[in-house]
Amino acid sequence: MSSTDPIPPTTSAGSPAGDPAPPRGSNILEVRNVSKSFHDPVTVKVLKEVSLDVRRGEFVSITGKSGCGKSTLLYILSTMDTDYQGEVIIDGEATRGSSGDRLARIRNEKIGFVFQFHYLLPEFSVLHNVMLPGLKLGKHSRAEVEHRAMDRLRQLDMHDHALKSANQLSGGQKQRVAIARALINDPLIIMGDEPTGNLDSRNSAIVFDIFKQISAQHEQSLLVVTHDQDFADRTDRTIVMDDGRVVG
Amino acid sequence: MNLLLSIALTLLRAKLKQSIVAAVGVMFSITMFVTLLGFMNGLNTLLDGLVLNRTPHVRLYNELQASPTQPIQHAWAQHAAAGADTAHHFIRSVKPKDELPRLRNAEAVMQALENDPRVLSVSPRLVAQVFFNVGTVDLNGQVNGIDVMDEIRYYQFADYLVQGDPHDLASGNNTIVLGKGLADMMETGIGDMVQVTTATGERTMLRVSGIFQSGIADYDKVQCYANIKTVQKLLTRPGSYYTDINVKLKDLLLAPAMARELSARFGVDAVDIQTANAQFETGSDVRNIISYAVGVVLLIVAGFGIYNILNMMIYEKLDAIAILKATGFSGRDVRRIFLLLSMVIGLVGGVSGLLFGFLMQNVVDSIPFITAALPTITTFPVDYNPKYYIIAVTFALLTTWIAGWFPASKASQVDPVEIIRGK
Repeated sequence: MSSTDPIPPTTSAGSPAGDPAPPRGSNILEVRNVSKSFHDPVTVKVLKEVSLDVRRGEFVSITGKSGCGKSTLLYILSTMDTDYQGEVIIDGEATRGSSGDRLARIRNEKIGFVFQFHYLLPEFSVLHNVMLPGLKLGKHSRAEVEHRAMDRLRQLDMHDHALKSANQLSGGQKQRVAIARALINDPLIIMGDEPTGNLDSRNSAIVFDIFKQISAQHEQSLLVVTHDQDFADRTDRTIVMDDGRVVG
Repeated sequence: MNLLLSIALTLLRAKLKQSIVAAVGVMFSITMFVTLLGFMNGLNTLLDGLVLNRTPHVRLYNELQASPTQPIQHAWAQHAAAGADTAHHFIRSVKPKDELPRLRNAEAVMQALENDPRVLSVSPRLVAQVFFNVGTVDLNGQVNGIDVMDEIRYYQFADYLVQGDPHDLASGNNTIVLGKGLADMMETGIGDMVQVTTATGERTMLRVSGIFQSGIADYDKVQCYANIKTVQKLLTRPGSYYTDINVKLKDLLLAPAMARELSARFGVDAVDIQTANAQFETGSDVRNIISYAVGVVLLIVAGFGIYNILNMMIYEKLDAIAILKATGFSGRDVRRIFLLLSMVIGLVGGVSGLLFGFLMQNVVDSIPFITAALPTITTFPVDYNPKYYIIAVTFALLTTWIAGWFPASKASQVDPVEIIRGK
């Protein structure tokens, strides 16, 4: 990757996972009849037969009232919550019943996360925070991972802060570092749970532009849960949920 | 693994103060463990050595015994066979046979023992009862004719010689090493002549070439040592006349079986070290058990310290665990991170504990300890055996591993969704 190009292109030889790149428009994520109930103290069905698809390069938002199950759905799709009925297929692989190690690998390789809270580790520098998932993946040498992390930070205009501790950054800056961390392994899909929830409108706009750019230029899909209607309106597609069902 | 270690070390650095406290706990217990065991075993070796160093593993000798059957028993046996009533007999007319207390065919027995692969050394002895004539008084004594070079090598003879050179005894004829108590009673020193009378009345003048102190006062009042040739001459016996053969084995534990075997094979009496000195083993074992128990208890306490600190750290680091899991670290990775963290504390504490333990052993080793019973000892005895260091480090790692396992497993079970959604 040349340093003159601030936005590193996705490798043309293959997808980040090393498999042949799925063509634009093919399904990265397929959800089939996913249901989930909470049993404490009484059984409440929070997701009812949810089915949806996310295609490669698509920027999708999920909106709905508080408690409609949108976050619950996102965590099931993220493979972190395994207690559900139905099928979740990520990049052609059914995740239901996979081992914890395999799911961790899928998260590492194919999914990037941005949460409402940044979850940066204060013990590590900004650069190291971004590098951690890349080092875990182990596909590149340490030097290469560092180089890639710097590229991601530059893409998000955070490269001047690379050696600072995460504590020294403002809220918007932290969130940008968190996005850089989500991008380090060139994931197929980036999932966000209210990623702009803690940000002011200016920083929200910056984050939205970054997402848009990721989707448009790198053909990475985005699936973002938000209650910000402006944000949702500007995405490619909005999935509206109500009472555990997809209604629009 | 390198990545997990570097994460563990970074977390450790962030909680440096608590980590140091935990490591100091381990260090303290390892220091105590090593010092205690080194000291206890130094003491054990010293006390056991008082007797065991000087004791052969198997001693072959020929004991004068009463005749096992009396003639009247033969007579009664015939009588009873003829149908007469049996009766108890009181007459014991046959006294022990007048034979020399020598080992028969000693040279051949020694040759056979030397060819035995289990045997470390074979040294002959000739023990003679004598009187020392001091003015008008006759003092009782026992002269041990020894092979001096063998005794120096296998029985630490030189360690117990408080005055004189043991090699004088090896080279010189008509020289004797007196027990300290005996020499004091006779008011003799090195170079003086003493008159010795044997049980059969032979008189010889011997030159004192050394003073011997075993640490057991009664023993030092009676025992003397001389070259075996000197004692043979003293008793006017030939060069193959020995009363004892002392055997050291490569493995002390074989002694009882070997004693039985040799006794049957050579038709002599044999006693093994375990039978002769049973009480020493018991004492050593008890002291060992106590020091191990104290050491292990200290380590367990240190283990609880680590357990607490790790539990606290995991509670504080729930966010970090959640994000590590969300970004692709498996539960096993998280467990490994915290186990590594615990092991680093254990290793740092353990190794510095060994260093401090070694220093403490040196301190104990230089505390003066002077007692009349132990001539060669001037400071507290310490056993620097690396075995205790290895045991200590193994225990330290084992304890920290166990102490780390439970919190680390808990960390691996953390559900990231619960943490992240809880915010």
